[in-house]
Amino acid sequence: MSRKHWSLHCSYAYPVSLCALCLCGSFAPAAELKIGSKIMVESRILGEMLTHLARDAGATVTHREGLGGTLVVWQALLRGDIDAYVEYTGTIRAEILSGKGVRGGGAMRRALAEQGILTSWPLGFNNTYAIGMHEATAERLGIRSISDLRKYPDLRFGFSNEFRTRADGWPGLQKRYGLPQTDVKSLDHELAYRGVAAGSLDATDVYSTDAAIRQYGLRVLADDLQYFPAYQAVILYRTDLTERATEAVDALLRLEGRIDEVTMVDLNARVQIDGKNQSVVAAEFLNQLQRQPTQVGAAPEPILAAPAEAIVESSAGRLLRLTWQHLGLVAVSLAAAVVVALPLGVLAARQPALGQVLLGATGIIQTVPSLALLIFLMPWLGLGATPAILALFLYSLLPIVRNTLTGLRDIPLTLRESAVALGFSPVARLRLVELPIASPTILAGIKTAAIINVGTATIAGLVGAGGYGQLIWEGISLGTGGTGLMVQGAAAAAIMALAVQGLFELAERLIVPKGLRLKPE
Amino acid sequence: MASDFDVIYIRGSKMLELRGVSKSYGQADALQPINLRITPRRTTVLLGPSGCGKSTLLRLMLGLLRPDSGTILFDGQPIRPELRRRMGYVVQDGGLFPHLTGRGNVALVAHHLGWEEGRIETRMRELIDLTQFPWDGLDRYPVQLSGGQRQRVSLMRALMLEPDVLLLDEPLGALDPLIRADLQADLRRIFQALGKTVVLVTHDLGEAVFLGDHLVLLRDGRIVQEGTLADFVERPADPFVTRFINAQRTQLDGLASKGARP
Repeated sequence: MSRKHWSLHCSYAYPVSLCALCLCGSFAPAAELKIGSKIMVESRILGEMLTHLARDAGATVTHREGLGGTLVVWQALLRGDIDAYVEYTGTIRAEILSGKGVRGGGAMRRALAEQGILTSWPLGFNNTYAIGMHEATAERLGIRSISDLRKYPDLRFGFSNEFRTRADGWPGLQKRYGLPQTDVKSLDHELAYRGVAAGSLDATDVYSTDAAIRQYGLRVLADDLQYFPAYQAVILYRTDLTERATEAVDALLRLEGRIDEVTMVDLNARVQIDGKNQSVVAAEFLNQLQRQPTQVGAAPEPILAAPAEAIVESSAGRLLRLTWQHLGLVAVSLAAAVVVALPLGVLAARQPALGQVLLGATGIIQTVPSLALLIFLMPWLGLGATPAILALFLYSLLPIVRNTLTGLRDIPLTLRESAVALGFSPVARLRLVELPIASPTILAGIKTAAIINVGTATIAGLVGAGGYGQLIWEGISLGTGGTGLMVQGAAAAAIMALAVQGLFELAERLIVPKGLRLKPE
Repeated sequence: MASDFDVIYIRGSKMLELRGVSKSYGQADALQPINLRITPRRTTVLLGPSGCGKSTLLRLMLGLLRPDSGTILFDGQPIRPELRRRMGYVVQDGGLFPHLTGRGNVALVAHHLGWEEGRIETRMRELIDLTQFPWDGLDRYPVQLSGGQRQRVSLMRALMLEPDVLLLDEPLGALDPLIRADLQADLRRIFQALGKTVVLVTHDLGEAVFLGDHLVLLRDGRIVQEGTLADFVERPADPFVTRFINAQRTQLDGLASKGARP
């Protein structure tokens, strides 16, 4: 594995603080810290920031990046698979504490603290729904806030389908502000952005930190009546961290109030539009922060003791690492499935009633969406390869059980009776006659399971188990700019599936007896 | 085993006997309660139209099916799985295991029982001589063999352990006429050479008469009549016997006049 070190030389005056860091390190063992992030670009950039900050405070940090959604990250935090990540207050209310009727900030903090989770003060930006206009148009008409829109009833709006129809989207907004516009379309969000940029639309809905704001030169209108719910970014971290990694926590909390919307839009755009590495972007931001005084008249407050250094893996090295991870997931889960499903298939063939139950049960597993299964397994198994392997194992059972059953059941009666008539015990019949004759069908079942596994293993990326899924999910999170990454991941998985198929065709020659492969003369 | 058989034969004990054996599949009665004694060292033919229960009867004798009522005695004792190796079984399509060569099929049980290679080789040579199967054909897989060759391998497999009884279920049923005639002649010669108890199932009267010493005619799961062809012709127990014979006799006569039969 080759790794490239990108040193961000922002300053050359750190020998003293470096030494101080060394001295600290020699006294206490380094605290271990696991940072998490969701698949969205913004979450991954913020995860990298936390990583750099904690590392700078002397902790040994791993970043489990790109986890699949709020439930996964939250479960991981509760279990201690991760120690900290950045969440939005709106998401905390709507998803994490849903149904608990938590309203104010204090109540939210208390509710989280009851579960052993502490909350930082807001980092500064609010990533919520907003209305965006083309900067030039807004400037020309003098529009700064949503209230200003009332003066121009002829404006043409184009909203994403969801925003156009949801009660807490356009209908509610129109009512709250008393907006008079009637030319309101719903269309694909990407097209809406382009429409605004081209001047065929005047306004669209945006997320207030969306990279598209910079890309299409949009002005985000102030929500002066505070219609949209707040999605303030805060750091959630485990209570035990305050004792276990006091310095690291202090370092993380230095991010409070430091990132405004404009900055976050720019950081997102640097990754999503400019194609820069998220770790590099996070490091650049932190290093810059350090050199700028935060308040007028106040002394410059350094955030980092030493400039952050992003470790960027070469894409070839990364592909190789993900290939090994992917192969490992498929191989381990498949091997376990063969060991379990083959005897189950034999049992199913022997006991038809039990066979129906087994096929039904393994079939039901097959219908559970993979992400749902992973989230279901998470409270027990946490993050990483274990839940992914168990999920893949469960998905592999059906094809193997079914093909073993079919292979054994389809042996002609005359052959089965001939074996009985030769006086073989059931075990000897299975070993000498039935399994060899059913071997092509059984092997085909294992092959099907393996190929499906190669595809399904892409979900492992969502629980931090790596594999090609990481490329695909990361690509998806980057939007149009991530197509290359997505294609790379998907193509790698397809090539692996083909290789697996080829491998099985080779294995067929070794395992399936010659007499079953010959064509009648 | 052959010596055991001789002792029993001298004692006059019946090798295979069915007492009040019946078997039904679901609603339809496949076999009414049947009493039947198989004469040792002779060839008994179970004869009758399709669905008369003759194959069921044979599979009951082997213990492949359990009777609903009655007992099947082998050497005067109820049939047990352990007795299966004293019976050889040949089915219509040969029942050869497709994943094994001819040799593999014939020697499968012997290998499983741990016979020495020399003993297996000797026994196989005897069987090759008996069945007149080409030696090099033994290394071929079932799909590479003709129908007649498959039946010969199947016969060798059935005879490998020198069973006391040989049971054949329509052994010539799937063969084309010329091969069928060849194998029929060979079978008669083999049965005579072996001098074993043979039970053969067929629907073909000519084959039954040609191979059998004792005919058992079945219809709708009952034995209609037992005896020789002469008994059937001269003293039919039922009009069905005459009908069955006449239906096939016209074919036989036709074949005889063309000189196609040995």
